[in-house]
Amino acid sequence: MSMDTKTLVDWVLGSDAGFWWRFAGVAAAWALPITLWVSLVGLISIWLERKISAHIQCRLGPMEVGPHGALQTIADGVKLLAKEDLIPDGADRMLFALAPILAFAGTFVSFAVIPFGPDLIITDLDTGLYFLAAIGSLEAIGVIAAGWASNNKWALFGSVRAATQVVCYEIPMGLAFVTVAAVAGTLSMTEIVEQQNGMLWNWYLFRNPFMPLAFISYYIASLAECKRAPFDLPEAESELVSGFHTEYSGMRFAIFFLAEYAAMYVVSALAVVLFLGGWYTGIAPVDKALAASPLWGNVVGALVIITKSFALIFVQMWLRWTLPRVRLDQMMHLCLKVMVPIGMFVLVFAALWQALLPYAGALNGREALYPTLGSVTGLVVFLVLVIGGWMWVRGVIRATTSYKTANYRT
Amino acid sequence: MDFQYANVLFGLLFGAGFVVLNVSIVNRILAPKVIDPEKTTTYECGEPTIGSAWVRFDMRFYTVALVFLVFEVEVALLFPWAAAYDTLTQAGGLFAFVEVLLFLVILGLGYVYVWRKGDLDWVKATDAQTSNETVGVDNAANGN
Repeated sequence: MSMDTKTLVDWVLGSDAGFWWRFAGVAAAWALPITLWVSLVGLISIWLERKISAHIQCRLGPMEVGPHGALQTIADGVKLLAKEDLIPDGADRMLFALAPILAFAGTFVSFAVIPFGPDLIITDLDTGLYFLAAIGSLEAIGVIAAGWASNNKWALFGSVRAATQVVCYEIPMGLAFVTVAAVAGTLSMTEIVEQQNGMLWNWYLFRNPFMPLAFISYYIASLAECKRAPFDLPEAESELVSGFHTEYSGMRFAIFFLAEYAAMYVVSALAVVLFLGGWYTGIAPVDKALAASPLWGNVVGALVIITKSFALIFVQMWLRWTLPRVRLDQMMHLCLKVMVPIGMFVLVFAALWQALLPYAGALNGREALYPTLGSVTGLVVFLVLVIGGWMWVRGVIRATTSYKTANYRT
Repeated sequence: MDFQYANVLFGLLFGAGFVVLNVSIVNRILAPKVIDPEKTTTYECGEPTIGSAWVRFDMRFYTVALVFLVFEVEVALLFPWAAAYDTLTQAGGLFAFVEVLLFLVILGLGYVYVWRKGDLDWVKATDAQTSNETVGVDNAANGN
C-alpha cells in the first residue's frame, strides 16, 4: 500500500504520532464514530423501513413519538433494553449467548474497511475486498449457531435455510468482487474508489458493457446475504414464526436486529465503493475542488457516500414491500443455475475487455472527461437491464395476480 | 499504517464488547427477572413441546455445502489472480486471461456434471422423470 493513503487515525493524529497515541486513537475510532454510526444506522433505517412500508401500503406508520415518529425506534430500543432476557430450558446456553456476539461482531468489524471519505477509513487493508468477503460469513455462523442453540424446530429450520442461502449467494457475490478486482487491479477499498475519479461514466458501473451485470448480480446476492425479501426465507415470519431468532428476546433480539440493519448498510456502502464511485460526486470539477481541501473533501465525501448508500438501502426496502418471497428451490435455482453462470460469463468477458481494450473504459487514475466506448455501452446495457427487468417483473405480476391492476388506476 | 490487522482485531473486540455491555450489563440491570417454568419452555405455537429440535435434517443441505465448497475455493483462488491481472496483462498480453480461462473451463466441466446429475435442483428428479422431461424448477412443485 502506498504511504500517501491515510486512515482516520492518521488524519486526526498526523502520521508521526507515537505508538501508544495511535493505539489509543484506533480504540477511540472504534468506540466513538463507528459504534455511534452503527447504532445510528440501525435507528434511521428501522424508522425508514417502517415509514416506507407504511407509505407503500397507504398507511402512515409511526406518528406518535417525535415528529413523524422519528423517535419511535429509540423508544423501542429503550423498551427492549428493559425486557426480560429469556433462555429456553432446552437450549445450549453457551452457544445461545455466543450467537448474537458472533452475528454482531461479524457485521461490526466490516466497518474497518468501509470508507466514509478519502481519509475516513479505520484501516485501508491491502486485502480489503477479500477481507470483506471472508468476514461476511461470520454473521452467517452466528445465525446458524442461534438456530441450533435455541433447540427450537422453527429456529433450526430458519438457520439451515440461512446456511444454504448465505452459502449459495457467496458464490455470485465473490465472482462480482473478483470482476471488480480484475478491472481495478487492486483489493484496497480506497484505491478502488480513487480509480473511479472523474465524471460519472468513470464509475465502475459503466466501465465496460459487462459491469452493469456484475452490479445487478452483486445487488441480488447482497439481498440474499442480508436475508432481505424476496430472500427472507431464514426468518419467513409467515412460515417459521420468526426463524432463527424465535427464542431470542429483549436485548439479544435487538442485537440481531441491529446486526441485520448494519449489514444492510455494509452491503450498500460496498456497492457504492465498488460500482458507484464511492465518495466522488461524479462531476469532475466539483471533485477536483473538493480534493484540494482535506476537510471539505472528507466532509462532503462522507455525505456523498452516505447518501448513495441510503439510496441503495431505500431500494432494498422498496423491493421488500413489493416482491413476494421466493421458495427455497427457486432461491437455489436462481443462484446456482442463473447467477453463477452469469457471474462467470461477466468475469471472463470483463477480463477480456480489460486485456484487449483497457483504455476504452476510462484509464485507471486518468480523468476521462468524455464518455468512452466502454462507458457508453455500459450505460446502454445498464438501462436495458433495468428497464427490461422492470417490464418483466410487471409482466409476471400482471399475469399471475387474479385481480386486474388496471382497476386500481385512477 | 503499522497495525493494520490489529485494527480488525480491535473491531471484533469492540463488537463483542458492545453486545456484552448491552446484554449482560445494561439489560441485566434494567430488565425484570420473574422465574416461571412456563416461560422458559421451547416455543412451539403454544402446544406442549414435542421432543428435541436436535434431529437429523435434510441431506440436501449437505450437497449444497459440497457444491459451495468447490466454488468458494475457486473464488478464493481467483482473488490473487484478479489483483495481479492488470500487471500481468501489461507485461504478458493475454497470457493471464488464457490461464484463468483454462481454470474456469476445467471448473465448468465439474459444474456441468453437477448440473446434469441434478444436484443443483432442490428436488432431484428421478431417472424416470429425467428421461421424460427436462430437469427444472417446475418439477419441484410435483416433488413436494
